Amino acid sequence: MNFLKSPWPWYIAGPLIGLSVPLLMLIGNKALGISSSLRHICAACLPGKIPFFQYDWKKESWNLWFVGGITLGALLVLLFLNNGEPVDLNPATIAALRKNGVQEFDELLPGDIFHWGNAFSGTGLLFFVAGGFLVGFGTRYAGGCTSGHSIYGIATLQWPSLVATLCFMTGGFAMSNLILPPLMRWLLL
Amino acid sequence: MKNAKFLIAGMLFGIILVKAEVISWFRIQEMFRLESFHMYGVIGSAIVTAMLGVMLIKKMGWRSMNGEEIVIRKKPFHLGNIFGGLIFGLGWAITGACPGPLFAQIGSGFTVVIVTLFSAIAGTWVYGLVKDRLPH
Repeated sequence: MNFLKSPWPWYIAGPLIGLSVPLLMLIGNKALGISSSLRHICAACLPGKIPFFQYDWKKESWNLWFVGGITLGALLVLLFLNNGEPVDLNPATIAALRKNGVQEFDELLPGDIFHWGNAFSGTGLLFFVAGGFLVGFGTRYAGGCTSGHSIYGIATLQWPSLVATLCFMTGGFAMSNLILPPLMRWLLL
Repeated sequence: MKNAKFLIAGMLFGIILVKAEVISWFRIQEMFRLESFHMYGVIGSAIVTAMLGVMLIKKMGWRSMNGEEIVIRKKPFHLGNIFGGLIFGLGWAITGACPGPLFAQIGSGFTVVIVTLFSAIAGTWVYGLVKDRLPH
């Protein structure tokens, strides 16, 4: 029980995440991929007259059950498998983030950014609205995300997925090191 | 209830995402600042395990539970892999989440991430709207 409550090291968690690829193949001949769920939600709720959303999303509804499961699984951890301790970060990361205005390090996400009080502020506009938009637009334009490209795609030896993954990383490095720090100092300090 | 198995698979996946702390905004910053091996270890070992699993399925000629031959969907290269990839990377570092972790962050009690999810859905919708005018 102690092990279940502590965070899992990468060499346990990584292989378990990897097993989801053969698992989905065996239980339903499905390809791991999560960003498609966002497309199915568009097709189901607001297809407009856009050809990209004119397809039988119900045929792909397994994907919506899967992301529903992810949400529930996370809730189960919150309720039963949580030791309530802060993430064991590199002190250099903590120091750098503090300098940029983050003060709360006791949960998985910084509580001073990720709360409803920020939903309609500049902070929310950056971290929720702009960030979310880039995730949704970018993953669909790229044809997949970290699960569909970086794990399923590379594991099935598809070079476009390797290209996409290198670009995910490039974008991330640029944002975390160059663009985000001044924006955070401006919004949070 | 043919979808129940996907719900259960999703729950297992969600539990692992949270226990691995890959849904943590802090862990994503740490990764992109090259100050921890954790995320690289998770993603790298996930790829290797998935690769071995797929090789085993192919070698043994296993079929899926419903008796179908297992197909691997080809992902053809297009310029979106580059441009879309860069755009997603920017968003990944801001939100601290790729699409799977977005759902897990909400389940972990950070309900304000619902706003991020709606915005991600809007981003997907706008992509569908302007798709034909973008380089592919």
